Amino acid sequence: MDTVRLRRTTRKRIAVTAQGAAPIRWFLCGLALACVGVLLVLPLIAVFVNAFSQGAAAYLKNVSHPETLYAIKLTLLTAAIAVPLNTAFGIAAAWLIAKFDFRGKNVLVTVIDLPFSVSPVVSGLLFVLLFGRQGWLGPWLSDRDIKIIFAVPGIVLATIFVTFPFVAREVLALLQTQDSNSEEAALTLGASPWQMFWHVTLPKAKWSILYGTILCNARAMGEFGAVSVVSGHIRGMTNTIPLHVEILYNEYNFVGAFAAASVLALLAVLTLVLKRYVEWRAAK
Amino acid sequence: MSVVVRGLTKHYGADHAPAVSDVTFQAPTGGITALLGPSGAGKSTVLRAIAGLERVDAGNVIIEGQDCSNTRIQDRNVGFVFQNYALFDHMTVADNIGFGLRIRGRNRSKIDQRVTELLELIQLPEMRRRFPAELSGGQRQRIAFARALAVEPKVLLLDEPFGALDVKVRVELREWLRKLHDEIRITTLLVTHDQLDAFEVAEHVVVLFDGKVAQAGAPHTIYDKPVTSRVAQFIGGGNMMATGARATRTLTALRDSGYPHASEQHGQVQVLVRPQDLRLAKPTQETLAEELGVVEQLRRIGGYMRVTVRLADGQDVEVECPKSQLDELGITQGDRVRVDVREAKVFVNDYAI
Repeated sequence: MDTVRLRRTTRKRIAVTAQGAAPIRWFLCGLALACVGVLLVLPLIAVFVNAFSQGAAAYLKNVSHPETLYAIKLTLLTAAIAVPLNTAFGIAAAWLIAKFDFRGKNVLVTVIDLPFSVSPVVSGLLFVLLFGRQGWLGPWLSDRDIKIIFAVPGIVLATIFVTFPFVAREVLALLQTQDSNSEEAALTLGASPWQMFWHVTLPKAKWSILYGTILCNARAMGEFGAVSVVSGHIRGMTNTIPLHVEILYNEYNFVGAFAAASVLALLAVLTLVLKRYVEWRAAK
Repeated sequence: MSVVVRGLTKHYGADHAPAVSDVTFQAPTGGITALLGPSGAGKSTVLRAIAGLERVDAGNVIIEGQDCSNTRIQDRNVGFVFQNYALFDHMTVADNIGFGLRIRGRNRSKIDQRVTELLELIQLPEMRRRFPAELSGGQRQRIAFARALAVEPKVLLLDEPFGALDVKVRVELREWLRKLHDEIRITTLLVTHDQLDAFEVAEHVVVLFDGKVAQAGAPHTIYDKPVTSRVAQFIGGGNMMATGARATRTLTALRDSGYPHASEQHGQVQVLVRPQDLRLAKPTQETLAEELGVVEQLRRIGGYMRVTVRLADGQDVEVECPKSQLDELGITQGDRVRVDVREAKVFVNDYAI
């Protein structure tokens, strides 16, 4: 929400300073549009053009291929687990950091940012080292016949790890800029801490929670690196859409690869539309 | 005896001076008590401690004879009004006011009825369905009052309630609060740094400096008989005749008029004279040289004039008098005038004598 506000004021300021400097303005706008066009729009179009290069029938056949369908299902399942969990964790962590002082607070803040600063591949590797057959917990897990690496739990864990900061960061930014007076007012009016959280804090943070959730979802569905390491690429078992796209592409099944990619792109576009809507509502 | 605070002490950190240190006072039942002091004096900390919003290191808060030092915030049944209103922005005015009742599980029609009553009381009956963002600052603060009153608290705690309002609204709301209190007679504590708030609204004033109670009593007592020069200056402003020779000279003048005897042998002497307690006169034959001053500046404040006079010893004093009086005397800038002291407060080692 704050980024939205910031962006608005910046836009206003730029508009003011750019008055009377029309050539520069046109140049910069043109440059930006060219960049966006070449780097973002063109590839998106290319995905769909390639997906439909052999006609709609071939596209549908590829999209409805059981392995592709499974990849879509697994991607949605992963997001469906990772996003709610990270939303809950994120709100709790943001609340803790914003409202309380305790030992190790700085460590917690750093840990939350860790997934942003560590390469996803390394994140994936962490889980292999932890749960893999040679890993710390590997023997214990295989004794009990629990499979995490090269199985769905590993994919979900890696996705949760990589997408952890989104909600926490968004909500923390909001809570840190607002004082606690309305929460305190709720307490003096007889609300229990839980009622206060439910009736006052949560509605206040509603839009930043939703915004964080959308970002988290976008990343959860699109994550490649970390998931790739822990997945093992078993078709129809541990393949998410991004992994499936890579496999198909490497097999020279371009229509299949782009068809799968188009599904992911559609999901991404849907997420972005949702994000714009939330930003618009939050700004209102 | 409605609210008693006893020995309240609070440190914000081991290496800081205490924010509040051994504060003890009583807020009479059904009255308005003002906690008055400059910013950083610990007033808000005391108020928040009464509400339970602040943990204290030592001391007790006794509300209606019950020690609530260990009572949770939500069970204390106090109404708290914040400087920045702290309304729930996502709720309508009616939902804001009814919040405490909904939490208590009252039935819908009872809540509606109470909300209607309160909206009448704060004179905003038509604002029921509005959201806080659509209201002015003064209106929001009145909603905050209504919200606090809805649960029929034992005590109403107001933390700088007029602080965020402009002067006109501030004065209006102050009068409104006074009237409202005449109707509902709820024991009220008001934190303010503005002595006008305190004097116009409160029956009892507790002056706090540096986390300690400097003086407590009726407003007029504090005004007329401040116990220290700091209280005197904070309450009324005025001319502080500094220590040493200047004070002695002022004292010489005062002694003749029967004011308390003090000399520098007693220690550090300070004399405070309020601008309205000085009177200007045309000098006569008998006027002593040290009683003479020169009019440096004349400023008109409504019907009053504020005159700066430079005394013979080089010190400037402020004199306040009605414009008509000044016109009668025909005093203008640069005139030589005699300054009579009608009343003065003398402090030795910062204590009134």
